[in-house]
Amino acid sequence: MSDIADRVKKIVVEHLGVEADKVTESASFIDDLGADSLDTVELVMAFEEEFGIEIPDDAAETIQTFGDAVKFISEAA
Amino acid sequence: MFDLTGKTALVTGASGGIGAEIARALHAAGATLGLSGTRVEPLEALAAELGSRAHVLPCNLSNPEEVEGLVKRAAEAMGAVDILVNNAGITRDGLVMRMSDEDWQAVIDVNLTATFRLCRAAVRGMMKARWGRIVNISSVVGTTGNAGQVNYAASKAGMVGLSKSLAAEVASRGITVNCVAPGFIETAMTDKLNEAQRSAILASVPAGRMGTPEEIAAAVLYLASPEAAYVTGATLHVNGGMAMV
Repeated sequence: MSDIADRVKKIVVEHLGVEADKVTESASFIDDLGADSLDTVELVMAFEEEFGIEIPDDAAETIQTFGDAVKFISEAA
Repeated sequence: MFDLTGKTALVTGASGGIGAEIARALHAAGATLGLSGTRVEPLEALAAELGSRAHVLPCNLSNPEEVEGLVKRAAEAMGAVDILVNNAGITRDGLVMRMSDEDWQAVIDVNLTATFRLCRAAVRGMMKARWGRIVNISSVVGTTGNAGQVNYAASKAGMVGLSKSLAAEVASRGITVNCVAPGFIETAMTDKLNEAQRSAILASVPAGRMGTPEEIAAAVLYLASPEAAYVTGATLHVNGGMAMV
């Protein structure tokens, strides 16, 4: 697993309080990992901080799964 | 009773009568203060009076860029913004048929839109900290209405709706959002009233007197305190019984 994926997973695990092995490529933050809408906003804020990037609102809306997040950040960072 | 030691508070409109008193009350409880307002001189004077733990942060709330930057400047000066008090407000009174779009918009911009922008900016840090207090200073006329104040009353009622909605969004993060709604308070804004207006108003106040800025500040202090953690989306009316709602 890439360095970016590791760092994203660490944030997700810490923030949502879920087991690391539940955070799979296709795991949906809301449907599978128990996030509410505020959690998703906070995750995006945490990603922005960790990777020093800006995630615009329309892009944030497309980040639904762990895989989406890793893909977006890999392209942006 | 209420201890805000180690907390940081940003108060807008701190150059005015009520704002200055709110700043004094929070400061006396131990908070570090960011004093915002348009007029620098009274802010400097207040900061000097408070001594330590006071930062002057001038800001014109009708300028969107300045508003956007205010919370950031406050956080840089104080390390964080734990408590936000949106107290700044203006009036441009007039009967509806004679009210210009400019007078409508100016009041909405400063009283409501700046409040929204400051809340949006401040809530970010509060969410991370899992603690925050937002107190928006509304007005009794936001609930009762008042002839000649459609713009002001709409802005103040708008603050209540904004506060309730934001309160619902951030309650799970330890952040409360409440309003204090003053009635008639002795300030520069009410000094403009003539004797006839004054006695007409007092006739409608069961307490038989105007309120003081200290009585507003005490309500703000309570809502900003750790003790008020379970109070959110509420409007605390401080009006001598003028409107019991």
